[in-house]
Amino acid sequence: MLDFLKAPVEKFQDFILLTFRAILNIFRSPHYADDIFQQMDIIGVGSLPIVILIGFVSGVIMAMQMARALTQYGAQGQVGEIVSVALVRELGPLLTALLVAGRTSSGIASEIGSMKVTEQLDAMRALGTDPIQKLVTPRLIATAFVLPLLTIISDFIGVIGGFFIAYYQLNIPGSQYWTAAWQVLEWNDLTQGLLKPLVFAIVIAMVGCFYGMRTSGGTQGVGKATTTAVVVADIWIFIFTAMIGRIFLFF
Amino acid sequence: MDFHFHRHDRTHFLIFLTMALPVMVPPPTESATSIVYFDDVSLHFGDTPGLDHVSFEMKAGETRVLFGAAGAGKTTLLKVALGLLKPDSGHVYLFGQEISNLKEQDLFDLRARIGILFQEGGLFDSLDIEENVAYPLLNQRVLQTAGATSDGSTKTVEERVLEALNFVELGQTLEKFPSELSGGMRRRVGIARAVVTLPALLLYDSPTAGLDPITANTIIALLLKEREIRNTATVMVTHRYLDGHLMANFRYNSSSGKVERAPNVAEESATVKFFVMNEGRLVFDGSEAELQAAQDPYVRKFLRHGSS
Repeated sequence: MLDFLKAPVEKFQDFILLTFRAILNIFRSPHYADDIFQQMDIIGVGSLPIVILIGFVSGVIMAMQMARALTQYGAQGQVGEIVSVALVRELGPLLTALLVAGRTSSGIASEIGSMKVTEQLDAMRALGTDPIQKLVTPRLIATAFVLPLLTIISDFIGVIGGFFIAYYQLNIPGSQYWTAAWQVLEWNDLTQGLLKPLVFAIVIAMVGCFYGMRTSGGTQGVGKATTTAVVVADIWIFIFTAMIGRIFLFF
Repeated sequence: MDFHFHRHDRTHFLIFLTMALPVMVPPPTESATSIVYFDDVSLHFGDTPGLDHVSFEMKAGETRVLFGAAGAGKTTLLKVALGLLKPDSGHVYLFGQEISNLKEQDLFDLRARIGILFQEGGLFDSLDIEENVAYPLLNQRVLQTAGATSDGSTKTVEERVLEALNFVELGQTLEKFPSELSGGMRRRVGIARAVVTLPALLLYDSPTAGLDPITANTIIALLLKEREIRNTATVMVTHRYLDGHLMANFRYNSSSGKVERAPNVAEESATVKFFVMNEGRLVFDGSEAELQAAQDPYVRKFLRHGSS
């Protein structure tokens, strides 16, 4: 009767198993440090320009739109607080993760998927290497390390973007903006602002690797794996951001 | 109270263990010379049979030529032999050791004694040719601890890589990437990577598929050359009858460097056996003469294909 649930449950179980093994491998040798640094470069440095751009624009948009609402209450002086809280708690981690998912989940899925369909994963196993250790774990470590850093950069650039609007359009003094933006932040905001990217990083790397390793059906299969990886990663990012946000409301 | 077993008790205990665990009983063959032994192996992909009750044994120095239509289970058989796929039922023995329940880490040590050429070459795109061929030497745990030399020689990894590439006459391509080579050259690099570890068993998955006849014959000449020099046990999957015919009747003359008809064909072909697979089953197992005399229409298709 519940046969239709079998396939998705099995898939989810495979995903959890892969994630579990990838995390366990962090504590097992051999370690492929070169691959970790290479992935950090590809994922982190490679995503930096777009993260900076989107971070800045999101700060500008936040300040512009909020200023209009705040002006009605004569509270436009508090634009720094709103930009800062919204970016650090939610928008910074979310937008950065969505961007990196678009770049990285798809990149990982297509790379590993191509290796799968050209028997390179089998070759790896035949020649003495565990593909999870060699391919998945380095991508997981690299993403988990660089995504929180990218988020911090994105948050900061976003607040700068907000400052431009506050200073030039709303004529708020710089010191007032920065003091409000700084003082409004609590440990609660910073904790969830950094916990989220860590969880998103695991989702981004593991979803990409999972769909890459399940690829079948030649080049068409690689394309399908790539698209699915991005969509699934995005969905889970939204689910997790809502869940984590809700949990932190208790504190 | 003394809990130690007496010698007598221990014997009884061992007999009990042997009876209780029939899977631990060694295969009914001389495992010393048995390289691969399949005992009633089955594997299904959903409803499709990958392997259907396959049993065979292969000893050192033997060559098996495996024919079959696409999807007949040829590649599956190689992957099961290598432990890349686990059978649903039956037992697979490699070098006398049951592998069906081995962990991946333990399988690595056994795989270090096997060389494989994948259908598409299976070369790593991101590595150059030298790194591709050196890969097993640098990553197989057993070979690392043995100083990268299983034959006791003191050659460095670079020397062995160059030797393997010279063997396939591609010694000048060290710095190139797989994408820069032709299909035939990639296949030859695949062979170099398979033989660089001096394995005890070689598995070739469709070494001539998709190649023009001249290049295909060059590849077969390389396989004959390898057999002449090291006499490694070999399984070759192919669609071409000619490939099997060459393996059974020709040899590589190392002094002239050419392939020639074996002076004693009977002796040469005694070690070369032919398999035909259909929908996961082994439908033929015998010598070339028996293959030519076979009446089964499916088996005869491969003969006709070869002679046309």
